[in-house]
Amino acid sequence: MNKPMNVFTNGLFRENPTFGLVLGMCPTLATTTSAVNGMSMGLATLFVLVCSNVVISLLRNLIPDKVHIPAYIVVIASFVTMVQLLMQAYVPAIYETLGLFIPLIVVNCIVLGRAEAFAAKNNAGLSALDGLGMGLGFTLSLTILGAIRELLGTGTCFGLPVFNEQYGMLIFVLAPGAFLALAYLMAIVNKIRK
Amino acid sequence: MVYFLIIISAIFVNNIVFSQFLGICPFLGVSKRINTAAGMGAAVTFVLTLATIVTYLLQKYVLVRFGLEFLQTILFILVIAALVQMIEIVLKKISPSLYQALGVFLPLITTNCCILGVAILVADGTWAGKIPGAEANLLQGTVFAFATAIGFALALILFAGIREQLSMNKVPKAMEGTPIALLTAGLLAMAFMGFSGVV
Repeated sequence: MNKPMNVFTNGLFRENPTFGLVLGMCPTLATTTSAVNGMSMGLATLFVLVCSNVVISLLRNLIPDKVHIPAYIVVIASFVTMVQLLMQAYVPAIYETLGLFIPLIVVNCIVLGRAEAFAAKNNAGLSALDGLGMGLGFTLSLTILGAIRELLGTGTCFGLPVFNEQYGMLIFVLAPGAFLALAYLMAIVNKIRK
Repeated sequence: MVYFLIIISAIFVNNIVFSQFLGICPFLGVSKRINTAAGMGAAVTFVLTLATIVTYLLQKYVLVRFGLEFLQTILFILVIAALVQMIEIVLKKISPSLYQALGVFLPLITTNCCILGVAILVADGTWAGKIPGAEANLLQGTVFAFATAIGFALALILFAGIREQLSMNKVPKAMEGTPIALLTAGLLAMAFMGFSGVV
């Protein structure tokens, strides 16, 4: 397998941010009340990851080593602000639902982690691919978790009714359900991997 | 009376870990032993309260006054990072024993999302909507931030206590590590749901 393909699939499966690296747990648990919410959060993070990875990789020889963390944080925070303003303008409903967790992409360990571990050492093209792979991996796991919680909690999938209307284990939409659903999903993934 | 409501609400009813999902990374990461959990809890309480006061004042007297609200995220994260560095330096000078106890946890706190999260909540004033009679001013905001941090410390210490016991038990292979920790947290969250409706 050639290298760019390797970099891309690495984030998608082998080092999936949620199931492999166990990073970014706060948005994973908080925003997956439905499949659409989970996917929106994943896509917002994907955008920030790709952009910040490219910019940091381009600036990697210009940033002095001593202040590299604050410099990375400023780059990431700028892109997060952009996402925040864009979402506020074009998808206000989703912006309202995700609320606090949009600005909190800044402190998502995946973004800073990839900047430090990958973008600071590789060229812009590869960094973009890495950001894309990691971002898609994150989006994928958030969407799956969101879909499971939505299906069990309200009996719908992406807003479409699957079971009849009386069905619904509300606990899966509430806070404890997030922990329980993710715990079992992670155990299943572990089982399959071995 | 309203302060009492704020404290009960922030610690139990809307516990930051179990119902707001903020600060999950340190919650899962440093909860293997009670001592370290208590250290982390104390460090978060200290930094969270200070950071909230500073960011609230900056929001009110700099950002809002000059119409620069869109810079909130960038400014707050830089202020928190700088504040953590300063606290580290000051503590090292004036209280080496406290520094010994909290020192290891301080650098970790910059990327703890509950600090930035609570700072934004207090600066925007959105926290007050959940508590009847609360106003989004500096004093009540600070009390809210302090109580939230206590709630975080409580969650961390409770969880560490359970995990210490859990480490001696046999767990199915696929559930080892994070899954069993999440499952435990889920049960704890269910217990905390019992407080809903109190405030």
